[in-house]
Amino acid sequence: MTEPTYDQPPLVTGDKSLDDVTRDICAPMERKPTGLWWAAFIASFSALVLGIVAVWYQLVTGIGTWGLNKTVGWGFDITNFVFWVGIGHAGTLISAVLFLFRQKWRTAVNRSAEAMTLFAVICAGVFPLIHMGRTWLAYWTLPYPNARGSLWVNFKSPLLWDVFAISTYLLVSAVFWYVGLIPDLATIRDRSTNKWRKRCARFLSLGWNGSARTWHRYETVYMLLAGLATPLVFSVHTIVSMDFATSVIPGWHTTIFPPYFVAGAIFSGLAMVLTLAIIARKTMRLEDYITKTHIERMCKLMLSMGCIVGLAYATEFFTAFYSGNGYEQFVFLNRALGPFAVAYWIMVSCNVFVPQLLWIKGVRRNLAAVFAIAIAVNVGMWFERFVIIVTSLHRDFLPTSWADYVPSLVEIATFIGSFGLFFTCFLIFCRIAPSIAIAEVKAAAELGNPKLPVSEERAA
Amino acid sequence: MRTSDRSQNVCVSFARECDLLAATRAAKKDGLPVLDALTPYPVHGIETAFGWKPSRLTWVCFICGIVGALGMLWFQHWSAAVSWPLDVGGKPWNSLPSDVPVAFEAAVLLAAFGSVAALFIVCRLRPGKCLGSLPQRATNDRFVLIFSGDSPGGGRANIEAAMQSFHPVEIQMLP
Repeated sequence: MTEPTYDQPPLVTGDKSLDDVTRDICAPMERKPTGLWWAAFIASFSALVLGIVAVWYQLVTGIGTWGLNKTVGWGFDITNFVFWVGIGHAGTLISAVLFLFRQKWRTAVNRSAEAMTLFAVICAGVFPLIHMGRTWLAYWTLPYPNARGSLWVNFKSPLLWDVFAISTYLLVSAVFWYVGLIPDLATIRDRSTNKWRKRCARFLSLGWNGSARTWHRYETVYMLLAGLATPLVFSVHTIVSMDFATSVIPGWHTTIFPPYFVAGAIFSGLAMVLTLAIIARKTMRLEDYITKTHIERMCKLMLSMGCIVGLAYATEFFTAFYSGNGYEQFVFLNRALGPFAVAYWIMVSCNVFVPQLLWIKGVRRNLAAVFAIAIAVNVGMWFERFVIIVTSLHRDFLPTSWADYVPSLVEIATFIGSFGLFFTCFLIFCRIAPSIAIAEVKAAAELGNPKLPVSEERAA
Repeated sequence: MRTSDRSQNVCVSFARECDLLAATRAAKKDGLPVLDALTPYPVHGIETAFGWKPSRLTWVCFICGIVGALGMLWFQHWSAAVSWPLDVGGKPWNSLPSDVPVAFEAAVLLAAFGSVAALFIVCRLRPGKCLGSLPQRATNDRFVLIFSGDSPGGGRANIEAAMQSFHPVEIQMLP
C-alpha cells in the first residue's frame, strides 16, 4: 500500500472485485468442457496414442528402428530431449526469477507456465529413457547398493549429472507448483458445490484456512523456493550443454555452450508460454487477466533472449574463425553451407531475424503477429538443437565415415507423440486446476481495498 | 447465549485489507485477545501488527542445503575413490570439480523438500485435515479477524464495540 506507484497499466482490467477474480478463474473448471476443448483433447490424445504405439514398437524391436548410424549416434531423440527441456525453462524463469525481481505481472501466467514446465520436463525425460535401449534398466543410473560390487555410477560423466539435474528440476518444479496451488485449492474447496471436486480439494489443500500466521511462513518458504529454483534453472541447461561441451567434438567443445543453452532454453520456453497464453486467454475468456500488456512484456523478454541467442550464433562463428583450428572451421562452414544448410538457415531466420519484429510496439500488441512469431521461434529452436547435434556429427574426422541422417517414421511418430503427451496433460490441467494463481493475482493487482459504499463511508 | 459465548471464538469479517490492518493494530493496542487473521492472500504489514518475528524456516532451508551438498560430496568421493576406485579416462579418482554439479543438485533438492516439509509440520498442514467450521469466504473475498471468546475482555459485545469503526461486514461466533 505504501509502495511508490508508477504509471503502470493495471494488472487486471475490467474493474474486478476479489469475488469476481475467484469466479472468473474458476469458471473454466466449473462449466462443461466446450466443443473446442474436446476437439483439442481428441487431437492431442490421438497423437499421444500414436506416440505410445511408437514407443512400444521401439522397446520391443530395439532402437535400430531409428535412422541413426555409427557416425550420427545422436539424432531426433536428443534433439527432442533438449528441445523439451528448453521449453521447461520458462516456467521456473517466470515463477522464480521474475518473483525475485518483483515483477508482479508474472502472476497472470506463472501457474500455467509452471504446469507447462512439468509436462515439458516429463516429455523430455521420455527420450533419454528410450535411448538407453534397455529402458527397464533405467534405475541403473541411480547410485544404489547393488550385487555387482557395489559398482557405483560414474559421477565424472555429464550424462549422469543430467540424471540428477533433470530429476531434481522435475521434483523441485513439482513442489514449487504444488505449494503455489495450496491456497487456491482451499478456495476451490470452499466454493465448490460438486461433491468430488470438493473432496479432492479438501484432501489436497491440506487444511489450508488462510491463517495470517500460515501465510507469513508460507511466504518465507515461497521466497526460499524461488531462491533455490533460480540457480537450479540455470544449472539444468548448463548441465545439458555440458553433455556436449565436455566431449571433444568440433562444434560441441566450446565454453560458450552453458550461457548459450540457457538463453536458448528461456527463449524457447517463453515462445511456448506465449503460444499457450494467447490460446488460453481467448478460449478460457481470461482476457482481463492475461492482458495485452502481459503479452507485450513477455515479448520484450523473448526479444532480449533472441538477441542473446543471435549473439551466440555470431560468437560461435567468430571463435571458429579465430581459433585457427581447421576442424572447427570446417564444422561451422558445413553448418551454414553443407547438406543441412536449410536447417541452419531456418534456425537463424526463425530465432534471430523474425523476432526483430518485436522491436515494434504495434507488433508486440498484435496477438496474431505475436502468435506467429512465437510459433516461428518454437520451430527455430527445435532446428537449433537439430543443427547443433546432427551437423557436428555427420561429417566426422574421417571422410570415409561421413554419413547422412534421415529420421525414421518411428522417430517422427515418437516426436509427435511427445506433443500429444504435452498437450493432453496441459488440457487436463486447464480443466482440473485454476490456470491462474488466484491468491497471487489478488495480492499483486491490489484489489483488496475496494471503495466503500456511500452509506458506509458516511458512517465512518 | 452468554454461556456458549465463552467457549467460542469471535470472527469479525471485513471486506477490505486496510480495515483488517487497522482493526488488528487497534485490537493489539487495546489488548483485545486477537488470535489470528484469515485472509484470501498474504496481507503485508499484518506480521508487524501482530508483532511476529521473521520466520526461522530459512534456517531449516540453509541446514538442509548444507547437509545435501556435503553429504553428496562425501558420497561421490567415497563411491568413486574409496568403495570402488574406477579409472575413467585416466582422471584422478577424487576429482573434486566434477563432483560439484551433483552436489549442487542434491543441495537444492534437500533444501527445497526440507523447507516445504518444515512448513507443513510447523503450520500443521496435512492431507485431508478437517477444518471444522470456519468463515468460508476467507479464501475468497473476506478478511477475518479471530478473537478468543473465553479470555478476559473477550466478550462478543466488547469486541463488537471495539471493531465497529472498522466497517465489519459480519460478526460470527464459531467454535
